[in-house]
Amino acid sequence: MEKFTVHTGRGAPLRASNVDTDQIIPAVYLKRVARTGFEDGLFAAWRANDPDFVLNREAYRGSDVLIAGPDFGTGSSREHAVWALQDYGFKAVLSPRFADIFRGNALKGGLLAVVLPQPVIERLWAIVEADPSAPVTVDLVEREVRAPGLTEPFEIDDYTRWRLMEGLDDIALTLRHTDDIDAYEETRRSWLPVTR
Amino acid sequence: MARTMAEKVWEEHVVRRADGEPDLLYIDLHLVHEVTSPQAFEGLRLAGRGVRRPDLTVATEDHNVPTENILGPIADKVSRTQIETLRKNAAEFGVRLFPMGDIDQGIVHVVGPQMGLTQPGMTIVCGDSHTSTHGAFGALAFGIGTSQVEHVLATQTLPMTPFKTMAVTVNGTLKPGVTAKDIILAVIAEIGTGGGQGYVIEYRGEAIRALSMEARMTICNMSIEAGARAGMIAPDQTTFDYIEGRPHAPAGADFEAAVEHWKSLRSDEDAVFDKEVVLDADRLSPFVTWGTNPGQGVPLDAEVPDPAEMAGADDRAAAEKALSYMDLRAGTRMRDIRVDTVFLGSCTNGRIEDLRAAAEVIKGRKVADGVRMLVVPGSMRVKEQANEEGLGEVFKAAGAEWREAGCSMCLGMNPDQLKPGERSASTSNRNFEGRQGKGGRTHLVSPLVAAATAVRGTLSSPADL
Repeated sequence: MEKFTVHTGRGAPLRASNVDTDQIIPAVYLKRVARTGFEDGLFAAWRANDPDFVLNREAYRGSDVLIAGPDFGTGSSREHAVWALQDYGFKAVLSPRFADIFRGNALKGGLLAVVLPQPVIERLWAIVEADPSAPVTVDLVEREVRAPGLTEPFEIDDYTRWRLMEGLDDIALTLRHTDDIDAYEETRRSWLPVTR
Repeated sequence: MARTMAEKVWEEHVVRRADGEPDLLYIDLHLVHEVTSPQAFEGLRLAGRGVRRPDLTVATEDHNVPTENILGPIADKVSRTQIETLRKNAAEFGVRLFPMGDIDQGIVHVVGPQMGLTQPGMTIVCGDSHTSTHGAFGALAFGIGTSQVEHVLATQTLPMTPFKTMAVTVNGTLKPGVTAKDIILAVIAEIGTGGGQGYVIEYRGEAIRALSMEARMTICNMSIEAGARAGMIAPDQTTFDYIEGRPHAPAGADFEAAVEHWKSLRSDEDAVFDKEVVLDADRLSPFVTWGTNPGQGVPLDAEVPDPAEMAGADDRAAAEKALSYMDLRAGTRMRDIRVDTVFLGSCTNGRIEDLRAAAEVIKGRKVADGVRMLVVPGSMRVKEQANEEGLGEVFKAAGAEWREAGCSMCLGMNPDQLKPGERSASTSNRNFEGRQGKGGRTHLVSPLVAAATAVRGTLSSPADL
């Protein structure tokens, strides 16, 4: 996983709540077995049908920080939603509230999902709508989001922050504790089911 | 200290706890399907890792599978490749698989319980958000992403930060014609699609205790639609009776020991939940959705709501957008909404009791002209049982299509899809834009409402027939 420390880019204002993972990437794109190349599926229906959709607007071409309304990433557990956002070029998503699974998937894969209060999101929308070229910085080191005239702290637990800043693979970290897993398995109840 | 059921199950599965780190939890059962696993198996291969506990892992084909002509090759090449990839991975890594044509094939969340693999007090994961279904047994069960699928395959554990706990108490007694689906749709409308975010919900109260295991699964299944990762119901005699005698259930003295343990799992009397919600079952009626998220629902007796009368700006904007997508006008009676398709199935409502309830309504009646009704059993075992009980004949005689098992039109990854502009009454779990097919419009309903709607062609309850 790529390390994440500080990213400065441009913001895309997505003024919608409840952006579910079926909108982020429709199920038809989930049939693939590869891990990359999902950018064509990102917001496929909205990009195809709505000329005013933010990613269809010239001014937001190349933006890489998505600024979304509350309950972003609800619905399906498909990690393809994270991959599609990353493959399209997004480095971070800002929202007042994320669905648990989406946020977990994002932080596993190095897409920074940052929770900010609704009023802050609204100020960010105003900033990037007034000036689509305004720099938006997501600073994981300082746990801060910055834009012209705006500096706001955000919360992220120390462990996740460390893992993202080091670009560490969770599985490798867990495999350091194989002894603990072996020991736990000795204590499992004998009647627990097996699939054989 | 008094503990909730979720906390007890969590504590029993902590492999490692260290300051400033998530708990490492042991996973008792890992369910796998074709859509969210290929990249995980590929990750194992690239890292030279194996599956730590293939004997705690089981795979089925469900999301992509056609529900007609299942023994021929899948016409859609991309779907076919995904299914073939699962078969290859299962063989290479030693994971038991139920392929199409196998009597044990079906939707992953129908298969686990029917085989007796789902038991109280277990931790169960799957790369599918509706894994919450298994919480009906008092298991801690939640959906995970593909990175976590790979993590569980490699280590049989997951690093997790604790959830908060929420009690949803449903008091009273359901009126005839009101089902578990109506309870959960009402719960979601009450707390919102983000209301359960960060929580494990425990459903309790007289109305929950009175439910069968299958109805409890319907409730826990849609916990995710309220934003919760998991839903749970304390195991009781109903649970024990359901499990006893199933192929993977403990038997004899083991069963006695298991029941003894399962009884200890319920939340302590004085356990404190972080949040509590109370509903009165007596006041519930058949519930249907009008919008494009599962929280946008009203009683069938009501009208399409007016966005102008909504308090929050976000709700208002979301409602306006939803009505435009759904092509509905505020004030229209829900009962006047005409549908093109009725879908009976899914991990929410594709079990034998759901089929029985719908068949009871539709028996001796006909699906309305111009309406297509698709009945898709949740598993091949469900189909077999339904055929033994004559339900398949009932559906066919009414003019419905009686299909093979799979996820089908719940998410339209196979050919079972709505066409642009078509409208469905669906017993599935999500009414998102385009979920059942590009441009399709979905109303979530119970199996009883689905069957009555098929007969009348407009959203209806059996009482309208």
